[in-house]
Amino acid sequence: MRAAVVVFPGSNCDLDTHYVLKDLLRIETELLWYRETDLKDYDLIVLPGGFAYGDYLRAGAIARFAPVVQALVEYVERGRGLVLGICNGFQILTEAGLLPGALAPNLGRKFLCKTVKLRVENAYTPLTRLCREGELIELPIAHGEGRYVAPPETLAKLKSNRQILFTYHGENPNGSLESIAGIMDETGTVFGMMPHPERNCERLLGTGDGLKLLQGMVEEVLA
Amino acid sequence: MTKLELAQQHGLSPREYETICALLGREPNELELGLFSLNWSEHCSYKSSKRFLKRLPTTGRRVLQGPGENAGVLELENDWCVVFKVESHNHPSAVEPFHGAATGVGGIIRDILSMGARPIALLDSLRFGELSNPKARNLLEGVVAGIAHYGNCIGVPTVGGDVYFEDAYTDNCLVNAMCVGLLKRSDLKRAVAQGVGNKIILVGARTGRDGIHGATFASEDLIGEAEEKRPNVQVGDPFTGKLLIEATLEACRQPELIGLQDLGAGGLSTAPPEMAARGGVGIVIDIEEIPLRAEKMTPYEILLSESQERMVLCVRQGAEQKFLRIYRKWGLEAEVIGEVIAEKVYRIRHEGRTIAEVPISALVGGAPEPELAPLPPGNPHPAPSPWKGEGSERFGARSGGEGRGGGLKQLIQLLRSPTIGSKRWIYQQYDHTVQTNTVIGPGAHDAALLRVKGERFALAVTMGGNGRYCQLDPYEGGVRAVCEGVHNIVSVGAEPIGITDCLNFANPTDPQVLWSFERVIAGMAEAAKALELPFVSGNVSFYNQSETRRIYPTPVVGMVGLLKDIEQRVPMGFQREGDRIYLVGKLSGRVGGSEYLRVLRPSPPTPLPFEREKGAVRRGEGLDELEPTDLELERRLLGAMLALVQRRLLRSAHDVSEGGLLVAIAEKSFAQGLGARLELDDLSEEMLFGEWPSRFVVTVAPEHEGALTELLAGVPYKKLGTVGGDALELGGERVSVEELRRAYETALDL
Repeated sequence: MRAAVVVFPGSNCDLDTHYVLKDLLRIETELLWYRETDLKDYDLIVLPGGFAYGDYLRAGAIARFAPVVQALVEYVERGRGLVLGICNGFQILTEAGLLPGALAPNLGRKFLCKTVKLRVENAYTPLTRLCREGELIELPIAHGEGRYVAPPETLAKLKSNRQILFTYHGENPNGSLESIAGIMDETGTVFGMMPHPERNCERLLGTGDGLKLLQGMVEEVLA
Repeated sequence: MTKLELAQQHGLSPREYETICALLGREPNELELGLFSLNWSEHCSYKSSKRFLKRLPTTGRRVLQGPGENAGVLELENDWCVVFKVESHNHPSAVEPFHGAATGVGGIIRDILSMGARPIALLDSLRFGELSNPKARNLLEGVVAGIAHYGNCIGVPTVGGDVYFEDAYTDNCLVNAMCVGLLKRSDLKRAVAQGVGNKIILVGARTGRDGIHGATFASEDLIGEAEEKRPNVQVGDPFTGKLLIEATLEACRQPELIGLQDLGAGGLSTAPPEMAARGGVGIVIDIEEIPLRAEKMTPYEILLSESQERMVLCVRQGAEQKFLRIYRKWGLEAEVIGEVIAEKVYRIRHEGRTIAEVPISALVGGAPEPELAPLPPGNPHPAPSPWKGEGSERFGARSGGEGRGGGLKQLIQLLRSPTIGSKRWIYQQYDHTVQTNTVIGPGAHDAALLRVKGERFALAVTMGGNGRYCQLDPYEGGVRAVCEGVHNIVSVGAEPIGITDCLNFANPTDPQVLWSFERVIAGMAEAAKALELPFVSGNVSFYNQSETRRIYPTPVVGMVGLLKDIEQRVPMGFQREGDRIYLVGKLSGRVGGSEYLRVLRPSPPTPLPFEREKGAVRRGEGLDELEPTDLELERRLLGAMLALVQRRLLRSAHDVSEGGLLVAIAEKSFAQGLGARLELDDLSEEMLFGEWPSRFVVTVAPEHEGALTELLAGVPYKKLGTVGGDALELGGERVSVEELRRAYETALDL
């Protein structure tokens, strides 16, 4: 299996994500420059966190026009593999229309970095297959624009299709609609989440809960 | 206007102007005056401070690079080296807090980068006026937002620092930023230009009109309408800064790179001559080759611009295209703007014609040092006190513990002081988990702990300094600034290995300011020598005063520690019910200078720096007096603590600092919500709230009490009680950890 972590100008979780896939999960993983358009060799593509293009205008608003994102649309249409957007990557996927809804500035108007509790809402997806339904996991968040918003009909669809993967448990840190922290698309191949699984993959850094999410993606490909 | 008047407008004194004419053998033109004004500014030349800074120890077995480069370098394990430095951005932040603080962060990151290291952590020491003052709140909000804006975007975690709120910092807030980087020894770079014919490349952002005369601005008192100084403040762009990091780390891997330097204070007027001075060469710059942001910029504006996110490289001739390609791939500007010459001058050409030429030795290190002698403050003070409302009201009479409970009510009040309380409101706005190395982050311990992927060792980092101590007693304050850093590092289990310092003071042309400067340095030097710690980099910020206020003498110490085995790290908080609590180190002392006196016995701060050995002034009941640090005890204490760490006997450790013993114990209870039953025979305010030095509160498992006391031979200790329950109990009083936590956590929620 081959995985790729996309590097936009301004990505800053690219090396962290690469480290987890390559050094902890032992998957062949490349850093993929944002100008690349040939994605057919990859089974898993991760859009990492950061501030692609400085998040100028609006988070993800410029990155969606990057060549690699255009190629990603085709990659998804053909069902070639799995796509995961973390934080800024999630913002880019919604801007590119690969995931429904949008991410607005936090209700508190401030950047927020802390560890939060998440409830796993659907354990039957590649990302959550190693979790139990209703399980509480801990992951760090670090974002200024993480408030998930969507029109009522989109929300209804997300619910009926069971596309909501994680909700914030207890405090809703950014004011997200229905405490939504992570979702997938209708095909079940594109995933987006604001919390950072790659930042909690070792006991040294916390509970290690993030590893089973990324490992789940890998096992899905290898299954 | 005469040339002399023009020179004075540039912040140069008549004596300095005469020296310039003598060095050149002629009158300088306006562009040359601009070059001198920046190179000779206090900020760049250290002309008032260098004779004192010589006292600081700078050598040691791990030192690979001491002061004089962009940052200091210490050797760690397995060829790894740590690079670190602190720098102030006080004046810009006082005028324009958001951009001032943001560019401070950007600048210090590029200092680390120019040694060839990847920046892995940021820390910030901040000082503001009292939070009840709206001006102080605005500055706090702006500065924190600026640091967050830059640090978060650039992907370097902000893992620590400290914050104080005192009236003395109302007009001049302090923003000191420290950056830590990591590299392999073979990748170490220097800010040097060498080899005649080698090329000088300017990379990064375009050059604009922003920040002209920033360094000169930082070398004056902050007087009058701050608004007028706005054009002196640079604007930062963290996105470009991030690209510059990645491109520069790629450039550093090329063997043809000779040296590189950040364009910080002074821009192109100071960086190339500094590189040339280190290499013993000269540099010629063709000014029309510099990519510009604005139209019709004059050579004067181009040379003096402090536009951010720019660096200068010196590369082997013939290899220049390779470097231009790297930077252009990352979407950055890169142009060859000049070359190394044998003649040791800085020559500026415009379309082939020389428009300025100054000997390197005149620009770098040529500034005459002021001969002003430091003067201890007399009594009465010759100058009017800067503090309003100074009166004869002294701290109230001392009272013992009897009949006043165990001091827990006072503890709650103290925890609500924003200087003591949780800084969560601040550090939650900073990304402190990016790069996935933060094992102990902000708010969790005395120092932050960073792992190094694939290695057994870890790095502890801390930053801080108490200005009030230095105001009361500059020598003892200097000693404590170093010892406090040491304690923070040792608390997590690491061994301190080196220091970077930022010395924030008022106007150095005042002999009494100079005196406090000298005494603080003397104290820092004495402590560092006793504890065998080298100063490897640093920064001096003078002129932190307005018409009505001058800041406390405020040394900020940044320190790095090495923990050889990350599994030996020691947590701060209580870990297990039944563990025994011990006070280790000095067992008694004064309450003088404490936050307790400031918060619970409000009285104007003493306007004069007093010094114990000068004997001079004793006021009230000695409440202004600091307990002196016994450096011999300090040495033994640190040795004993590290021995305890290696034997894995400590369940937790926390140093006793601001707020005193009860605050330290309360902080230990917050980690897991575990309380403690304290059995103290001495309930005096000295014991409970005194801030005397050389102390840790540690816990051990009951079965290890014997081993603990055995290892502490030669170091005093005292049993304080037992961990347990969900409240602190003392002297018949009981307060739940939850109540304490509420007070602590809401101290700073704006």
